[in-house]
Amino acid sequence: MNWTEAELDERFGPFGGRYVPETLIPALDALTVAYAEAVADAAFCEELESLARHYVGRPSALTFAPRFSERIGASVWLKREDLNHTGAHKINNALGQALLAVRMGKRRIIAETGAGQHGVATATVCARFGLECVVYMGEEDMRRQALNVYRMRLMGATVVPVTTGTRTLKDATTEAIRDWVTNVEGSHYIIGSVVGPAPYPRMVRDFQSVVGAEARAQLLAATNRLPTTVVACVGGGSNAMGIFAGFVDDSGVELVGVEAAGEGLETGNHSASLSMGTPGVLHGALSYLLQDANGQVHPAHSISAGLDYPGVGPEHAYLKDIGRARYEAVTDREALDGFALLARMEGIVPALETAHAVAWIDRERSRWSSHDLVLLCVSGRGDKDVAQVSDLGAVST
Amino acid sequence: MQSTSATTSSDALSRHLEALGARRRRALVVYITAGHPSPDATIALMRALEQAGADVIEVGVPFSDPMADGPVIQASSQRGLDHGVSFDRALDLIATAAVSVPIVLFSYLNPVLAAGEDALRRAAAAGVHGILITDLPVGSDRVRERWLGTGPLAFVRLVAPTTPTERMREIAAHGSGFVYLISRLGVTGAREDVASELPDVIARLRTATALPVCVGFGISTPEQAQIVGRMADGIVVGSAIVRAAGTSIDAAAELTRTLRDALDSA
Ligand SMILES: Cc1ncc(COP(=O)(O)O)c(C=O)c1O
Repeated sequence: MNWTEAELDERFGPFGGRYVPETLIPALDALTVAYAEAVADAAFCEELESLARHYVGRPSALTFAPRFSERIGASVWLKREDLNHTGAHKINNALGQALLAVRMGKRRIIAETGAGQHGVATATVCARFGLECVVYMGEEDMRRQALNVYRMRLMGATVVPVTTGTRTLKDATTEAIRDWVTNVEGSHYIIGSVVGPAPYPRMVRDFQSVVGAEARAQLLAATNRLPTTVVACVGGGSNAMGIFAGFVDDSGVELVGVEAAGEGLETGNHSASLSMGTPGVLHGALSYLLQDANGQVHPAHSISAGLDYPGVGPEHAYLKDIGRARYEAVTDREALDGFALLARMEGIVPALETAHAVAWIDRERSRWSSHDLVLLCVSGRGDKDVAQVSDLGAVST
Repeated sequence: MQSTSATTSSDALSRHLEALGARRRRALVVYITAGHPSPDATIALMRALEQAGADVIEVGVPFSDPMADGPVIQASSQRGLDHGVSFDRALDLIATAAVSVPIVLFSYLNPVLAAGEDALRRAAAAGVHGILITDLPVGSDRVRERWLGTGPLAFVRLVAPTTPTERMREIAAHGSGFVYLISRLGVTGAREDVASELPDVIARLRTATALPVCVGFGISTPEQAQIVGRMADGIVVGSAIVRAAGTSIDAAAELTRTLRDALDSA
């Protein structure tokens, strides 16, 4: 395959692209230009940095996890995106894109959300800038994440229940795209992960790369070393791309993304697109996808609404294929154990999404040695999940 | 690449439309979803719509995530999937119906890719004349666009109201059969009015291509058919036909006849 330069810019190897209705092409072209101009504009970068510091609370802490370290026999450091305003990494992207929308003169914001963290982050920045905010959320996820639905509405967002298909993130994303096709002239779509048509995967990664850049500097300052292994959970893949971005050029650093194995990879009820999927096109990008032999998208499953997505960002597909990152999967049950583990051992209640990464590190206990330095992205806090986990009675207290 | 020039239209689909134009007949393109309301009904529908005056039948190959479609076509797509209608099952239905008007497949890229390298040849063998992919805009993927553009089917491309004139030229140059003009921003779905910017968009498109222009998205009533029929070479009616087909084959045929009469008196 010979790709032109413009095409390469839209791709990561063969993955990515812009597989969208024609109506959106001029908007994607305009977004590409506006984003390139914004990041070259010192005033834009200063405003973003200032808000990241004073509104979000960046830089987020890097915390040594002494008891978890002792348990697994390696040093574990936690990059604390859970301490951000709104409780997850999602705000890094929402803030950047909202500033961009203001710059483009778009006053109506569309978003999709799974766990509700991206919806909350978007509702938050919309309140901050006085923008209209419409969030699409699957009915099933609204049930699982009722607290976040209330938070979004409290901040003035309209939350639209999505009742089609699986009633989760996949269908919320489809519905958000339909809204954008209809209202493209005055609206900006703040996609919540490193998915979707170009320029989104690259732009969202860039807005999230602050996580990796900070973590690298903080870890060097604290230990004078680079990590042996960087671990992050992967839904669409934005917290993972954000932290990986800081280390992808350090060839000695192992990058591990942890997907949701749901009820088990062998059951078919999981969200492990990279581990079990095949290349396909969904929501504007070519990437690994859970699908059947006829190209119909297979419903994903995960206990965690933020990982419950049958696709994954195209850059992860590329990192997997070139062998730069590896992708593992952790079941619902293991994730619940990881959730309790970090709470008990470190006094940090992680999001159920993050709990997958915790569980993988713990499961791999036999591979670690005392010299290993493991950097874990704590993508969010678990407050949103406490009611669900408690209802399941899945963790003994 | 076949039929990439804006001035030559050598494929059977565009020849068919041009022949209609020569008789001053506006093309009535009707859309149905394969497998909605059932596979058997799809066969009967194709025959009934041809009898009722359709000039081209678009057959939707169901996809699980139809992001360019409104609620009516989404639901019909789900119905088709519930009946197990895949790409090849849709071809079976088309081959069995054996109508004489041209058939254009309408789908998304993923189910077409999954059908394999040989998919277009199988479609042609089943009696399909053209293919339209809603999520493969010009310039998005030269490899797959070349596959579709150089195969045995006419490759119908879409133009939107947001498309700049220069890009219209590029789109037309990489398509064949006809140009499908989306009449308004948004997804498929029946509406009552005609977008006010439509005359301007059609005028711009005419400067960009000599291919026949068919206008779709939102056309459901005889009044709209007449208004649009005065400006375009043809109209495409989707959601309204699909909704009627959900009631009965007769209802869909009746709507087709009404639209036919309206177009013929445009
Ligand atoms: C806390 C948290 N972590 C991770 C994710 C998964 O998204 P991504 O893979 O884009 O980081 C979500 C999504 O909602 C989330 O809320």
